[in-house]
Amino acid sequence: MDHDPVVSMLGTTALLLEAEGETSLETQQKIWSLSSQVSAWPDVLEAVPGMNNLMLCFRQPPFDPQPLIARLQDAWRAAKPMTVEGRTIELPVVYGGEAGPHMADVMAHTGLDARAIAEIHSAPLYPVYALGSHPGYCYLGGMDHRIATPRRKTPVLKIPGGAVSIGGFQTGVSASEGPSGWNTIGSTSMSFFDVTKQPPTLLQPGDAIRFRIERVVA
Amino acid sequence: MIEVLSSTALATVQDLGRFGALGWGVSHSGAMDRLALTAGNILLGNDENLAAIEIPIFPFRIRFHHSCDIVLTGADHLAWLDDVALWPWTIIHVQAGQALTIERGGPGRWQASRVYLCVAGGIDVPLALGSRSTQLRGQFGGHCGRTLQTGDRLPVGVPADAFRPAGMGIVPPALAMPLTVGDIPAIRVLRAAEYDAFTDQSCADFWAQNWKITSQSDRYGYRLAGPMIEPKYPLELRSHGIVPGVIQVPHGGQPIIQMRDAQPSGGYPKIGTVIDADLWRLGQAPIGSSVRFIEVTWAEAVTALQDVADWLEEVRRMVALGRTVQKGAVDDQ
Repeated sequence: MDHDPVVSMLGTTALLLEAEGETSLETQQKIWSLSSQVSAWPDVLEAVPGMNNLMLCFRQPPFDPQPLIARLQDAWRAAKPMTVEGRTIELPVVYGGEAGPHMADVMAHTGLDARAIAEIHSAPLYPVYALGSHPGYCYLGGMDHRIATPRRKTPVLKIPGGAVSIGGFQTGVSASEGPSGWNTIGSTSMSFFDVTKQPPTLLQPGDAIRFRIERVVA
Repeated sequence: MIEVLSSTALATVQDLGRFGALGWGVSHSGAMDRLALTAGNILLGNDENLAAIEIPIFPFRIRFHHSCDIVLTGADHLAWLDDVALWPWTIIHVQAGQALTIERGGPGRWQASRVYLCVAGGIDVPLALGSRSTQLRGQFGGHCGRTLQTGDRLPVGVPADAFRPAGMGIVPPALAMPLTVGDIPAIRVLRAAEYDAFTDQSCADFWAQNWKITSQSDRYGYRLAGPMIEPKYPLELRSHGIVPGVIQVPHGGQPIIQMRDAQPSGGYPKIGTVIDADLWRLGQAPIGSSVRFIEVTWAEAVTALQDVADWLEEVRRMVALGRTVQKGAVDDQ
């Protein structure tokens, strides 16, 4: 029997439900299912999937949050994985060198060379689990744990759009220039967000990204 | 139409924020001091969500190309219309061609950092994903998705049909609802999910010590300087939704408070969250100043939100009353 998810409060603005266990696509499909269900609840302003977790923003914070939490746990237990027929995009990546200023840190942490890191990183098909961080940014599942590298001690104030980076057991591509606590190992170019389109994002949860090695700079 | 005359950095167009787009990675944005914006709009008879100019760096100068009514809220800085000194939190009639200058104020009872220039009719930039707030990271919303520059011309909306007597004003919320520990401004905080993962000493220091707001602080987040906050064991979390007010502790041990432009997700461990009711106080805390954290319970945090709602309701009541009384005085003449 699975453990109940952990629920915690994010101030009086929102609550966070975190599923137990290893990060998996099946759990994420349950998160998508729960998200679409609770979005219709009257006390929920918006439901936002993360990596095997779900944030609920309140319209008005309840004086007693326990009934809402109990209802959420019940909905989680009843939730069935929601499969999405998404599309796949391929992104050519230059790994290392100026395009990947933190490649050396990932090499030092993993004991692998740049070529091996690029090959391991570009091998899987990465499903988009969720969007977050900044407009159009995709959180991807399925990174090989051999190249997992902790987030940086202090976030970097500016990394460029197209930066391919690793943070803990996760990887992703920056959609625009901005601060980041992740390790940048390479670079690609793609427009992930257009405010004039509906929806404004290139990818949705359930779509997938494949990285292709364009070159590795040692 | 108003024209920006000075090229001071970082002034932006903001309303109360953009909601419902977190799932696209689009943060809430909106005024750092929501009470100042809301109160300014109430005084002007505006819809309470109309956009104003948020000004964090001074001096700031603009020229009005049409006659209009304005209110300056937020920080009590020095302001002049041409060469006439202005009161903050008070309705001002402006004639076409007049120039407004705002300069940093001297030492006062309340040290604050951001002025809101609210205009009857609001700053009428186009809505983007339901809001006029500037989304700096995404480069949309506000005026061309960026901070204001010299020469920018901003459209003003059609004012509501409301009586706006010059000189009618209100008491600022920081004076109506002061909160300090000793003489240090205080901010109320709820524990967050990873609170117990930090050492007992770190938790004790978090509540008992002063926290300096460093120069690396902006609308995205405030980086604090103070005692080291250390986890009992290394924590590497899966990325999850976060909101303005969340206090993350990166591996470096110095907290970062997420502010209005903060990204909507993160993975650093969270020691606490500034309660929604106090985010406006923090939004006004100047760089280089210090704050103290006060721990509150959920019930206290929800009650604090009600106190803020009550203050705004009182502003609405007083403004409505002021309009009636002054309109009566005018009609008698």
